[in-house]
Amino acid sequence: MSLESLLAIAAILFCIGLYGALSRSNVIAVFMSIEIMFNAVNLTFVAFGRYITPLAFDVNLGSLLTGQVFVIFVITVAAAEIALGLGIVLALYRSTNSIDLSQIVRLKH
Amino acid sequence: MISEWLVWSVFLLPVAAFIVISLVVRPLFNRYAVVSGLILIVCLTISFLISVYVLAIVASGVNLVFEAHDWLILGSAKISIGLLVDSVTAIMLVVVTGVSLLVQIYSLGYMKGDPSFCRYYAYMALFTASMIGVVIAVNIVQLYAFWELVGVSSYLLIGFWHERSSAAAAAKKAFIITRIGDVGFLLAIVYLFVQSDSFGAIGLNSLHIPDIWIAAQPLAAGGAALLGGTGLLFLTLGIFAGAAGKSGQFPLHTWLPDAMEGPTPVSALIHAATMVAAGVFLVARLYPVFEQSSDTMLIIAIIGAVTAFVAAALGLVMNDIKRVMAYSTVSQLGYMMAALGLGAFGPAMFHLFTHAFFKALLFLCAGSVNHAAGTFNMQYMGGLRKSMPITYVATIIGALSLVGIIPFAGFWSKDEILMSANVASNLTVISVGTIVFILLLAGVFLTALYSARMIHLTFHGQFRGGGTREISDAESRGVDLGPNVSSHVHLAESPILMVVPLLILSFLTVTVGYISNPQWVKSVFGIPKHWITEFLIESLPAYLNMHSLEFDPLVAVISTVIVLIGLSIGSWVYLGSRYASPNPSEDPISRLGPLYVILSNKYYIDYLYENIIVRKLFYTAIVGISDAFDKYIVDGVFNGLGIASKKLGRALTMLQTGQVQLYTIVAVAGTIILLAIYLASGSWN
Repeated sequence: MSLESLLAIAAILFCIGLYGALSRSNVIAVFMSIEIMFNAVNLTFVAFGRYITPLAFDVNLGSLLTGQVFVIFVITVAAAEIALGLGIVLALYRSTNSIDLSQIVRLKH
Repeated sequence: MISEWLVWSVFLLPVAAFIVISLVVRPLFNRYAVVSGLILIVCLTISFLISVYVLAIVASGVNLVFEAHDWLILGSAKISIGLLVDSVTAIMLVVVTGVSLLVQIYSLGYMKGDPSFCRYYAYMALFTASMIGVVIAVNIVQLYAFWELVGVSSYLLIGFWHERSSAAAAAKKAFIITRIGDVGFLLAIVYLFVQSDSFGAIGLNSLHIPDIWIAAQPLAAGGAALLGGTGLLFLTLGIFAGAAGKSGQFPLHTWLPDAMEGPTPVSALIHAATMVAAGVFLVARLYPVFEQSSDTMLIIAIIGAVTAFVAAALGLVMNDIKRVMAYSTVSQLGYMMAALGLGAFGPAMFHLFTHAFFKALLFLCAGSVNHAAGTFNMQYMGGLRKSMPITYVATIIGALSLVGIIPFAGFWSKDEILMSANVASNLTVISVGTIVFILLLAGVFLTALYSARMIHLTFHGQFRGGGTREISDAESRGVDLGPNVSSHVHLAESPILMVVPLLILSFLTVTVGYISNPQWVKSVFGIPKHWITEFLIESLPAYLNMHSLEFDPLVAVISTVIVLIGLSIGSWVYLGSRYASPNPSEDPISRLGPLYVILSNKYYIDYLYENIIVRKLFYTAIVGISDAFDKYIVDGVFNGLGIASKKLGRALTMLQTGQVQLYTIVAVAGTIILLAIYLASGSWN
């Protein structure tokens, strides 16, 4: 697969995620959309990593797998972030009895 | 040759007295306040003795030249600190320290028991030191600094009893009016500073007084002729403006009579040796420069003569004995200025010299009278000759010297001035010299008249009640006189500390004019003919070729006759039956009608300054404009900025919805716009 088609898929995924994150009022759905955006970015990491160092497997492995290694990092951090985010959602639900983002405007004050 | 430090110590001793009194005696030993007076008297005695020694050395023909010490070098202009000791300086040093010393001794008695005794002596030390600083300065900036210090210390002393609002106002008035003249002086210094490069090109320093003399001299006389034309005219006029302010020349004379609010010894010092003498001294100091500008000389002569006349006329109508003397001082300073303007350098400084003695004497007499009568208002005095014989005789001596009766000091110096005016005048043509001569003679007549009035009102007739009666009269009219008048009337001669200076000054007033400047004989006690005028002229460049005038019996007879007529008229009016009665009734002078009204309102000059210039012109026009500018422009800008940012803030809060997704949309939209601009700018490769 060519780099362009991979980047196009990543861009489409990112826009889908962005649309979801901006339009859905359910916090859980927003989270899922954000995860899609993460994965779009991960895809570009991997695509570029492969594009820049196609012979990575033959030569010095450790110094050339930067893109792929970053993806692992992002997945880990995203997992932690989701755990934290869901905790906030639970707390939010307990105090407002709702997870509808359009209702939660406390940042106004 | 004597060491430079010895001359400096004349100045440094009073400075030391000032520092010790204000930093040690006043904070630590205020209970022994009299110590402060003794410290100053000791310092001034030493200063006086050194001054006499310096005068003796200068008079013996030794040229005392000291190298000035550079303080600040600004391009070609150098501000240096140094001594300029010539004959004028030497005479002035003796006068300043001598008169100041007598005044300090007198003050021991006069100020006894004043709660601010230490403060008084500290100010007095500063005042005397500043005046000595003016006299010895070699650099015009150095002179200006001490000039302003004289102004400050006179401000402090005039307002010494600052709890009286009239004293505080008089102090401010003196300070502000002299400041108006000082602006001219400052501009003159700035002009000299601007010229420093052309001075520096031929090795002169434009701020060094002897260099300024050289710069003004014509080439033929070995000078540099750097100053001339309009520049010289404005330079000299600026310096004269400063001198006119300090010396109370018309129309800047209004502060001097008000300065009477200070303690009487202060008035004596201000009017005799310091402050007002500084203005005349300044013109004399830069005389070689003035001499080159005939227009300025004419202006000085006319202003001097007009001052001599109008101030003498004001002296006629004043009721306050000190104010009579204040106007008399203004008038006598007018004589000095007129003499300088006519080129009579020697007579002008000689008159300054004799005037210092007899005016100090007259003021100390006024203080002595006040000590007994409790008031300065002559309408409530009268008949004091019986209880105060010494003061009476001293006042008579001072007054006869003032009007110019032979052989008192004032006669000799005033006669010299009149002779110079006579030489300058030409009775067949109307010239400036003629006008000056006539005004000066008219001034002599008025001087005789007001002196007679002052003596008769104060010492003759019967006692009219003094301060006690003045206070009760004022109360019946519902007027509060304030603390100026005391009900403590004690008709007796003043304490010995006050009488001794009177005696010394009386002796000097009788003798000093004749002895220092013998007119008829070859020498008196080894002092040669025309000694002081010839000696003073020595300080001038030789090319001016000045000489003392020979005694002219005609002028002396004319002035004496005028004086006698004036004295007779005054005595005839004031010794008449009306004033024999112990009743402060209407003064005969008030029968002059409209003239009296104009005079007693001081020609409405105070009214012009205070009501028209200050209140109307200054308050409404200048202050009004700046007030409007402040209110509408300055305030407008800042209030407008405040209102605008408040409104903008309100508008921006509308965006604050709390909708997280809306914020994100804005952020994304912003990113897209930035990206679009980035792409459109074509730097995408």
